[in-house]
Amino acid sequence: MRYVEEFRDPIAAKAVLSTIETLIEEIGATAQNPVHIMEICGGHTHAIFRYGLDRLTPKGIEFIHGPGCPVCVLPMSRIDECVEIAERPEVIFCTFGDAMRVPGTQKSLLQAKADGADIRMVYSPLDALEIARRNPEREVVFFGLGFETTTPSTALSIQQAARESLSNFSVFCNHITVPPPIKALLDDPHMVLDGFVGPGHVSMVIGTHPYDFIAETYGKPIVVAGFEPLDLLQSVLMVLRQIRDGRAEVENQYARVVPEHGNPVSLAAIADVYEPRPTFEWRGLGEIDASGLRIRGKYAAFDAEEKFAVGYGAGPRIVAEPEGCACGQVMTGRIKPTGCPEYGTGCTPEMPLGALMVSSEGACAAYYQYGATDDTLEAAE
Amino acid sequence: MNMTTPIKPARLRGDRVTMAHGGGGKAMRDLIEEIFTDVFLPPGSEDQARLTSDALREPGAQLAFTTDSFVVSPPEFPGGDIGKIAVCGTVNDLAVGGAKPLWLSAAFIIEEGCEFALLRRIVASMQAEADKAGVRIVTGDTKVVERGAADKVFVTTSGVGVIPAGRDMRADNIRPGDVALVNGVLGDHGATILAARGDMALSTDIQSDCQSLNALIEAVLQAAPNTRAARDATRGGVASALNEMADAAGVQIEIDETTLPLRPEVKGVCEVLGLDPLYLANEGTLVLFVPEDEADAALAAMKSVEAGSNATAIGTAKAGHPGRVTMKTLFGGQRLVDTLVGEQLPRIC
Amino acid sequence: MCLGIPGQIVEITDADRLMAMADISGVRREVSVACVATPNLGDLVGEWALIHVGFAMSVIDPDEAAKTLEALRGLGEAQETLEAMAEGTAALEGTQ
Repeated sequence: MRYVEEFRDPIAAKAVLSTIETLIEEIGATAQNPVHIMEICGGHTHAIFRYGLDRLTPKGIEFIHGPGCPVCVLPMSRIDECVEIAERPEVIFCTFGDAMRVPGTQKSLLQAKADGADIRMVYSPLDALEIARRNPEREVVFFGLGFETTTPSTALSIQQAARESLSNFSVFCNHITVPPPIKALLDDPHMVLDGFVGPGHVSMVIGTHPYDFIAETYGKPIVVAGFEPLDLLQSVLMVLRQIRDGRAEVENQYARVVPEHGNPVSLAAIADVYEPRPTFEWRGLGEIDASGLRIRGKYAAFDAEEKFAVGYGAGPRIVAEPEGCACGQVMTGRIKPTGCPEYGTGCTPEMPLGALMVSSEGACAAYYQYGATDDTLEAAE
Repeated sequence: MNMTTPIKPARLRGDRVTMAHGGGGKAMRDLIEEIFTDVFLPPGSEDQARLTSDALREPGAQLAFTTDSFVVSPPEFPGGDIGKIAVCGTVNDLAVGGAKPLWLSAAFIIEEGCEFALLRRIVASMQAEADKAGVRIVTGDTKVVERGAADKVFVTTSGVGVIPAGRDMRADNIRPGDVALVNGVLGDHGATILAARGDMALSTDIQSDCQSLNALIEAVLQAAPNTRAARDATRGGVASALNEMADAAGVQIEIDETTLPLRPEVKGVCEVLGLDPLYLANEGTLVLFVPEDEADAALAAMKSVEAGSNATAIGTAKAGHPGRVTMKTLFGGQRLVDTLVGEQLPRIC
Repeated sequence: MCLGIPGQIVEITDADRLMAMADISGVRREVSVACVATPNLGDLVGEWALIHVGFAMSVIDPDEAAKTLEALRGLGEAQETLEAMAEGTAALEGTQ
């Protein structure tokens, strides 16, 4: 078993799809009165469109694309701060490729690189550590970005740097956490939601219990899902079964990877290195309490905010979203990406205006790239 | 022709190119002769090549002329080097337009400090590929730039070929119903370069697919005389080639994901870095459209030559929606295969 | 978010720093096994793990994977039964 192809079997998919159709009939959902399921994770959004699952599932299901794209929700002011650090002559700025094209108020990292900054794309924070070891005369800064899945990797890298007394390595921390924005969305009176497909890779770190409040307090079903197309379809099916049966539980479709209590080593590393910020800004959603992480004082030597005095909240920081941008409304399911007046005209992957067009995991970019709402495609079938 | 032993006693001193080798004097002449012309053996010693070809005199024959610059980091990689690509790339640009490639020029921008040994290896592989493709490198140029102004060596090749009378392989010939064929697996070159560059610390056994395709195209044209058009799926990959063709011909092209020939390692590189193999560069892979009734013959012809052993049909042209490339996914879903925005960047999310 | 893919641990490359070689469809990359380390690191060799940004984040449980696939197969069989029943009913209706 390679744990990939087995979960892409089109024949098995047929059976799941037809069971989903039966469930939708039993629930009585229709195109006019659909079941609203939010896939929290951008990886799931991407997979839905990449495999064309949006067209295969019945019209009685409406997917609401959640806030789980760390690149998309990064505020523009943080990109400005990245650029400020990266443009220092002593700095080698290391980042995942995802962040390169994200626009700041002045420029993206890609533009800063063209302007002469030493910016390098890496696959892993470990690679940034290695660059720091090889360049003792330079300051190597890693752009720490992502949800709980990615947070352990930078925490462990900081611990390793501390062990090696690698004084020229630091992390510009922008890690964020999944549960707070979900709670914020559930508290939004405009939000119409019947259930969640939960983020599989975040959950392999934090386990399934951090979602208990979704079922217990808000009475909504959630199924933690894998990323292969069959995983996704099976998870949708499990959500629908809960809806049909009037249950609200936390279920785990991705048990092969996600342990109930998460990964203890990762959780310990996160707790050792990071602490919650009182509040953090999400592009399109605004400030959310305790949704971001910062590096603890004992690791201040590895905190780029300390080292370069660009602390979060240190200056006039809040940058207004570009005029006309309706990302917030898309993320709360109030409108579809195509319902935004700027979609495809003032806002395209080439020249993204809003957060959701920035990364291929953003709902708008996925719509655009894969022609998700392209009715000409529908007609061609 | 002897490619490895200089005819004259060695006059180049040291191991590396210095600014003196670009100065127009004796050092430059030594560099050009010992590294380049002793291998390429251009006809005559003038700055211009004077050439004749019977094929050009045929009534209705057309001259085809193309140029391409090559910058590859690293300059040597599994399956080839910048020299081999510089020959294949220009040969293929001529061949996909229906031309029989005849002559190439080769211009080199060399970074101060570049090793003679590297230049020798690149030149030897250019000559070897030129012999294989049946073309001659007839003229050229060298320039030396200061360290940092280039990355070891950049190569520009221009190519001249002849399109025989009656041959018309423009992309706007594609008609609804035509079948899209590829000659081999997709993305090998792009994946090889990503791994060879080393900054992602990936290692694989894959090799670049770089190869000349003129023999393959001639074989297809023999077997399938109504072949409509072909495109070399280089930068931007098969997706970009298909989009260009859909656009030029005003047809919709629908491909079938289950038919796409991909090596497991290429899939692996793509899964690790979050890339789409449809957009990975190739250097010896083409997309070719033939009428449906000639598709089997064209496929058989491709498979009869080495460069086409993995040939397969990947889709069809449809009237539907002009300019659109769509894909039936593994799951029977459908999605758009859009033109790439900028460069594909590795991603984690 | 969070691109992660299954890879097989094929070799422990640096036990002190908890590094191992992972094979992903024939692509090899050195990864940290800090999150999945066992008392005897060698036990990891041959295991499949979910790899994310150069870290093995979770050892994949083959029994759980088999259970998931089993559930999917179960749906397939139920589907066949339903179809067969539908055909049977149709056939019966046809004869009446």
